[in-house]
Amino acid sequence: MLDPKKLKFLKSHEWLNLEGSDATVGISDHAQKEITDVVFVEPPKVGRKVKQGEACCVVESVKAAFDIYAPVSGEITAANADVVKDPSIVNAEAFGKGWLFKLKASDPAEAGKLMDHAAYEAFLKTEAAHGSH
Amino acid sequence: MSTSTAARRTALYESHKRLGGKIVDFHGWELPVQYESIIKEHEATRNRIGLFDVSHMGQVFATGPDALPFLQKVNENDISKIGPGKAIYSHLGNEKGGVVDDVIVSCLAKDRYLIVVNAATADKDFAWFQKNAQGLRVTLENKSDHYGMIAVQGPKAAELVALLAPKAVELPRFGAMELELHGQPSFITRTGYTGEDGVEFIVPNEIVVRVWEDLLAQGQSYGVAPCGLGARDVLRLEAGYLLYGQDLDDEHSTYEANYGWVVKLDKGDFIGKSVLAKQKTEGITRKLTGIKLLERGVPRAAAPVLLDGKEIGKLCSATYSPTLQAGIGTGYLDQPNLAPGTKVAVTLHGREVPAEVVKTPFYVSPNLKKGA
Repeated sequence: MLDPKKLKFLKSHEWLNLEGSDATVGISDHAQKEITDVVFVEPPKVGRKVKQGEACCVVESVKAAFDIYAPVSGEITAANADVVKDPSIVNAEAFGKGWLFKLKASDPAEAGKLMDHAAYEAFLKTEAAHGSH
Repeated sequence: MSTSTAARRTALYESHKRLGGKIVDFHGWELPVQYESIIKEHEATRNRIGLFDVSHMGQVFATGPDALPFLQKVNENDISKIGPGKAIYSHLGNEKGGVVDDVIVSCLAKDRYLIVVNAATADKDFAWFQKNAQGLRVTLENKSDHYGMIAVQGPKAAELVALLAPKAVELPRFGAMELELHGQPSFITRTGYTGEDGVEFIVPNEIVVRVWEDLLAQGQSYGVAPCGLGARDVLRLEAGYLLYGQDLDDEHSTYEANYGWVVKLDKGDFIGKSVLAKQKTEGITRKLTGIKLLERGVPRAAAPVLLDGKEIGKLCSATYSPTLQAGIGTGYLDQPNLAPGTKVAVTLHGREVPAEVVKTPFYVSPNLKKGA
């Protein structure tokens, strides 16, 4: 399990763990609770080059499909085969074994635009206040 | 969805909120799509008991000496086949051979019937009934606002219902009875929309919460789960049931929906009969067909279905089936005679996913005896 306090977040609920230029990406615990019942994950192909904010992975629940956006630009270096085999891992451990893909960041400074954990928590509160039904 | 009018709530709205239900707008009704998990609710219904608030469904009573002739006129199925204490699934046909709604008609007495209609079509149906009852000695009452409805579904449903209404357990499949619950005139039918054994309670709004709470409390030892619309939709699609407005509408016929067993051409005249009789002899050009994905993936409504690379239709209903552990769906395909096993493909996220034609229902519960 990664410590969520050390992660960066997107408004679309992806998390990013950056060590140098090595990035790991998943969805937040809040997102997995909202999605619930993940039954299918289609990660990006290794070697694919993605731009920050580009849709590059699909997570599907019984009810709906969700696009996952690249938090930073770079080249995909790994896809999590375990969540492809058993998508429920995303629900069980969103911040750990449920990671989706890794990439080599071409410009790690792009992460500066993302929210830290405190900012993400505050963002969730404003989202809840607006009532998403 | 509802812009001008506020969404309607069933008598169980506060109960759903207390149980953690995630409320969505369903045809103008605020109902839970799920509580904790669609998968868990589905599993509870297939293996134990699921409780469903279906109070949004409508109830219309047809009473009078011409109640049966009226129902024979508006229904494609033969309502004369059911006597008091029995119910029947039927389609209301229009003049073009399309379907106004799919309904369950219960015979309460020789001159008194209860018609359970879909929520989104309740007003349309009632207007249709009134139009077609002219000149007949039948009184129509739309009591949809008076009644709530709870479905108790699953292999253990009968055991639970026995604790509240012992007589209801004697009902055969598609049996119907009137009874008093908490001193209020109510109805129980041995029907459902999940492909499992079970009953549906139709009770006045004043006592819906009490019946729901009783079922939840007494059902604890059976592992009962309150279930939302999400699980209901997966269960009904696995069981091959149609969702009006999605799989069936004013433009598609019962034959095209692959529900030909509903149409009784030999019962006498009824609305749409000539069109249906023609389809029966000349055949149809499209048919609601089941498909199953052969690779991982979740098909969705509106996804194109391809045969040899050419689109032959789009899916109407589709989901991940926890029972089959595969993506399943149904769609009107331009080729009505595809044999089960025929290889097709479904386009998902721009990718052609291999699939095959399968017979529907996708799943027949071993707990539900056939033919009953």
